[in-house]
Amino acid sequence: MAEASYPDELLYHPEHDWARIDPAQPGEATLGITWYAQDALGEVVFFEAPPVGLTLSKDEPYAEVESVKAVSDVVAPLSGEIVAVNEALADDPQAINEDPYGEGWLVRIALSDPAERDALLDAQAYSATLGG
Amino acid sequence: MVEFAGWEMPVQYEGVREEHMAVRMDVGMFDVSHMGEIETSGPQALELLQWLISNDLSTIPIGGAQYGVICRDDGDVLDDLFTYRLDVDRWLTVTNAANHASDLAWFQEQAHAFDVQVDDRIEDYAMLAVQGPRAREIVQAISDAPLPARMRAGTRRLAGAETLVCGTGYTGEDGVELLLAPADAPALWDELVRRGAVPVGLAARDTLRLEACFHLYGNDLSTERGPIEAGLGWCCKEDTQFVGSDAVRAVREAGPAEKLVAFAIDGPGIARQGNPIAGGGVVTSGTLSPCLGVGIGLAFVPAERSAVGTRLEIDVRGKMRSAVVKEKPLYRKD
Repeated sequence: MAEASYPDELLYHPEHDWARIDPAQPGEATLGITWYAQDALGEVVFFEAPPVGLTLSKDEPYAEVESVKAVSDVVAPLSGEIVAVNEALADDPQAINEDPYGEGWLVRIALSDPAERDALLDAQAYSATLGG
Repeated sequence: MVEFAGWEMPVQYEGVREEHMAVRMDVGMFDVSHMGEIETSGPQALELLQWLISNDLSTIPIGGAQYGVICRDDGDVLDDLFTYRLDVDRWLTVTNAANHASDLAWFQEQAHAFDVQVDDRIEDYAMLAVQGPRAREIVQAISDAPLPARMRAGTRRLAGAETLVCGTGYTGEDGVELLLAPADAPALWDELVRRGAVPVGLAARDTLRLEACFHLYGNDLSTERGPIEAGLGWCCKEDTQFVGSDAVRAVREAGPAEKLVAFAIDGPGIARQGNPIAGGGVVTSGTLSPCLGVGIGLAFVPAERSAVGTRLEIDVRGKMRSAVVKEKPLYRKD
């Protein structure tokens, strides 16, 4: 994805992760890394999805994304248990670069503490943390 | 752009994989102007270079090129470098950017005992590497004379700019490295891009050289070990009595305790510099190979575990990844 973008309907963690909570399914969230994170990493070459059933703790790393030169921790913006992972990334890790909010989603979790979402930033607040 | 050995350099332009494949299939171009150059000239130029450099430079004809290492007295490697013989008594040695200052100081210090002149030429040369199956074609098209062959160097006019053209490279592909005045380099870069050269950054430079199993000083070579362990015994001619040759000869005769091997990972995972190997050893370089589609790398292992086909278990940040020792180079053109 060439242009920086931070969709309004998502919630953001300062460590460059996003969460999508569908109003129709407020007990679950889809997680991924932001445009800023994939841009800083460069071309992603490897993402090994963590196992379904793994428990995530807010602010703690739960996976790694690898580019040619470096490995980066992915931090959980919310706590919960993994109910689904994006298996397509095993063959096409570059989806994380090309479509970080869509095809590049990493995991889906069942939220253990939905109130945690109040601590996350909206698109505007997150963009502000990135500086000018 | 990132800082590399005091220079600002591009990690990638359009994308590492794209750039890597352009060099393997077509033609890519690197700005490697950060590399250093030392000119050695005078009646005892050859003698100084024989003293400092591991290989036998007396075999280099005028217009020839040769790879070698410089060592400390204890045999440990200070740098790996290429030397071009420009004339009977005029030689140009290309150094790694990170070691240029210390290499130059070492050359100048040792030069006192010889009738020789050592000049720092880093400011006088920009360097562009044009590599890939079509590299020679596009450079030949703007050259005033046939290009030097592989492992040969000579002055040509490229699009009017006087250039030392060297039949060398760091990618495992055919191609040339061009040394020219910094003022002339931007125009030559632009002309070669116009003619189809794909700009290639540092990240692809690393994936290419690792597939070809070329050493990177600071990873696979360092002052922690000598050349024999690193598999560079072929460019060491102890009979020339270079600094460190006694130590190198001793290791060669006794057999090194460790050897640098190439490996490919069996399954997912990418090993990185510093990853320990179960049973002894350490990864010195690692990446994902764009051509092979798996993690590859170089590692020092105990000599008894260095045979091709040996299985290695690599500790990649707490996860064990299984790998196999492979023949070098890891990528071979069929």
